[in-house]
Amino acid sequence: MKKFQLFASVAGLALAASLAPVLADTPADTLVIGQQIDDIITLDPAQVFEFSASEAIGNSYERIINYPPKDPTQLYGEVAESWTVSDDGKTITFKIRDGKKFASGNPLTAEDVVFSLQRAIILNQEPAFIINQFGISADNVKDTIKQTGPLEFTFTMDQSYAPTFVLNCLTSTVAAVVDKKVALEHEKDGDFGHEWLKTNYAGSGAYKITQWKANEVLILERNDNYAEPTPLKRVMYRHIKEISAQRMMLEKGDLDIARNLDATALDAISSNKDITIETGPKSAVYYLGLNQKNATLAKPEVREAMKYLIDYDAIEATLIKHRGKKLQYFLPQGMMGALDDAPYSLDVDKAKGLLEKAGLKDGFEVSMDTSNAPTTMNVAQAIQQTFDKGGVKLVIIPGDSKQTLTKYRARQHDIYIGRWGADYQDPQTNASTFAINVDNSDDATDKPLAWRNAWAVPDEMNKLTKASSLERDGAKRLEMYHQLQKGVNAEGPFIFLYQDIEAWASRAGVKGFIVGPSTESNNLKKVTK
Amino acid sequence: MSDSSSYTTAGMRWLAFRRLVTAIVKTAAVAVITLFGLTVFTFSIARYVPTDPVLAVVGDKASQATYDRVYKEMGLDKPMYVQFATYASRLATGDFGKSRFTQNQVFDDLKRVFPATFELATIGTLIGVLLGIPLGVLAAVRRGTWVDQLSRVIGLIGYSVPIFWLGLMGLLIFYAYLDWLPGPGRLDIAYQYTFESETGLVLFDAARTGQWDVFFDACRHILLPAALLGYFSMAYISRMTRSFMLNELSQEYITTARVKGLSEARIIWRHALRNAFVPLITVVALSYGSLLEGSVLTEMVFAWPGLGQYLTSSLMNTDMDAALGATLLVGIVFLFINLLSDVLYRVYDPRTR
Repeated sequence: MKKFQLFASVAGLALAASLAPVLADTPADTLVIGQQIDDIITLDPAQVFEFSASEAIGNSYERIINYPPKDPTQLYGEVAESWTVSDDGKTITFKIRDGKKFASGNPLTAEDVVFSLQRAIILNQEPAFIINQFGISADNVKDTIKQTGPLEFTFTMDQSYAPTFVLNCLTSTVAAVVDKKVALEHEKDGDFGHEWLKTNYAGSGAYKITQWKANEVLILERNDNYAEPTPLKRVMYRHIKEISAQRMMLEKGDLDIARNLDATALDAISSNKDITIETGPKSAVYYLGLNQKNATLAKPEVREAMKYLIDYDAIEATLIKHRGKKLQYFLPQGMMGALDDAPYSLDVDKAKGLLEKAGLKDGFEVSMDTSNAPTTMNVAQAIQQTFDKGGVKLVIIPGDSKQTLTKYRARQHDIYIGRWGADYQDPQTNASTFAINVDNSDDATDKPLAWRNAWAVPDEMNKLTKASSLERDGAKRLEMYHQLQKGVNAEGPFIFLYQDIEAWASRAGVKGFIVGPSTESNNLKKVTK
Repeated sequence: MSDSSSYTTAGMRWLAFRRLVTAIVKTAAVAVITLFGLTVFTFSIARYVPTDPVLAVVGDKASQATYDRVYKEMGLDKPMYVQFATYASRLATGDFGKSRFTQNQVFDDLKRVFPATFELATIGTLIGVLLGIPLGVLAAVRRGTWVDQLSRVIGLIGYSVPIFWLGLMGLLIFYAYLDWLPGPGRLDIAYQYTFESETGLVLFDAARTGQWDVFFDACRHILLPAALLGYFSMAYISRMTRSFMLNELSQEYITTARVKGLSEARIIWRHALRNAFVPLITVVALSYGSLLEGSVLTEMVFAWPGLGQYLTSSLMNTDMDAALGATLLVGIVFLFINLLSDVLYRVYDPRTR
């Protein structure tokens, strides 16, 4: 009995202490972000390609070239002070800014930049293709990316590519500069410190990454060696999977920013004067891919009819409110060469006329593989309803996103509702997947989105896409992308729906967080609270 | 006479020893077969799901060369039985493989996430047992009264209301409106980068090192999710206790006890409950086992970095070594709990000895 009384007393004490008033509010020197960070699989810039990790890399490593998050067309040298292009256009010589230091205290030199690019190519992880497209591979990287002085290196390509194309590629995380000395201190079996860097840090950015616990927390701390120290000491990403929990924590002051609120939650808190909602356009594009192996979908009239059987405006106003913006070409708004008109709208009569012309007066049935993410499912159902008005019976096949993607990559779909994110801020990133397919056979080596939809892209368009990456005249290059976008709309198997918008909610006192078109351009450097 | 007596005693001891050895061998055999079956089953599912595991690793945009390299690295070019043999032989040496998403050894990950679940499930079960058994007993003793009706309503809510919804409501009331309890997570953020838990059991480590501010903070954080799990556990335990108690109270030995003039309290708590306790062991063990395997939704709502979240995210990301490791751990936990309930059965029920 005495034991029970003792237990009851201890339990009672703990309970009483637990129910003491709870102090909310985040520390004044720390920005606490509630976000789903379970996509992070690595922190090595040579491998990072996921959203959350890209943002962390963008704020903790410096890249050779960068752009202001609000205007990606204004390229500037971040680590590079200047660059010159050779007469034949194949070699760019970069000069590195003097006096830069890594968080470790080591000086940042051309040796580190060359090491970073070479290791990215030799490790050959997913982002390596961004540099590979200039004819640089593991076999020739030692000859093509070379240090020519303490603060100078050359970048030699197989062809004379458009300089903006090359520079845009060097803004991506694969061009982040790694501290060679620190990486090599942790090298194992000639891996350039890859295993170690997956969970550790060796950069020179505004923040340094100090802790990552998968599916739990990611912490960045001020890098005192950075030229412009950040106003805040620390940024903490807390993995809060549940949207309602994110909302409650933001309203209570336990979060400074909530990143994953859906339209309903954003609407609900929009009247809270302590909360500010902001948005920023992203460069990801949502589209329908129509498999040209399906004889019905291969008919041009059918493809065109389907474009008139979607209520783009209704989808924008309701289903993707705060989260997306109508888009009807393959280049997102904000990217060089983007077109801002919208040639298609819901027109059932016109669609029926086109279907009749295609010999399908009574309509037809077709399936669509759809990721079971709520927004995608909602959009798919909206499309199903309007397709039905034109006599097209759409059967939605829901599935896990990786399952539907596996089927899509194997060209086993009829229609696929997909999302394509730009890999770097250059129009070639989307042109090289939507507007080119040189080999439409099942065992082709290159498998762009045009291939996945079995679209044998006309030779002329293939050539134009290739030429646009080489065009050194900016105005001409712009015109080429306009032509390509219109060409894809006229002949291609894609129906473009909308582009991503990131909406986030923050406590009223939080200022200076900027969302750029790519995740690595999301900028935390000037955030105050 | 003495020779014969000692011969009989020795014989009985030998018989008891044989029984014990047989029981141990049987249990071990069942454990091995179960774990092997679980490994084969989970491995097969992992390999036959219509998802490309390479895609999950290299991403949608990797070059064909990268894809092919990783395909080989993962051993997917080898026949299925070779893949399984490789995996099983690694397992036999205690190597669960490496998680491709956390970049840690799966074993290390499990050591990190399981204590969080263990702490939550244990406190949840304690709450369930401490409230569920008395409630069940009272419901049986006062059958048909308001106590019984109350227990029924509690049970009904426990069975029918989604835990996810109840968790959010709990947060809304006790965290958002009343301000009594903190929000999701195991600790306040101030401790996220100052307190390092050696064993993963935050309450234990905080108390062990005398960091009482951390301890009480952890208490505040665990209270709501544990109470929620405890509620569901209580709903189940109280209904089963009621049913077992009703059965015991209708037995003849209870009538005999009453005729002998024993007090009602003694009859209920010392005699009837003692006998009802035997089947209750299985009920409590099952309830505890199901909480230990990770309460996915509770962990998600309360941002609790436990086994349930780990297993779900591994499956969603096609991180098969991690998913297999976590599944095996769940299997081992169930086997252990089963074994424990068997032992307790033997302790409490003389007929099984």
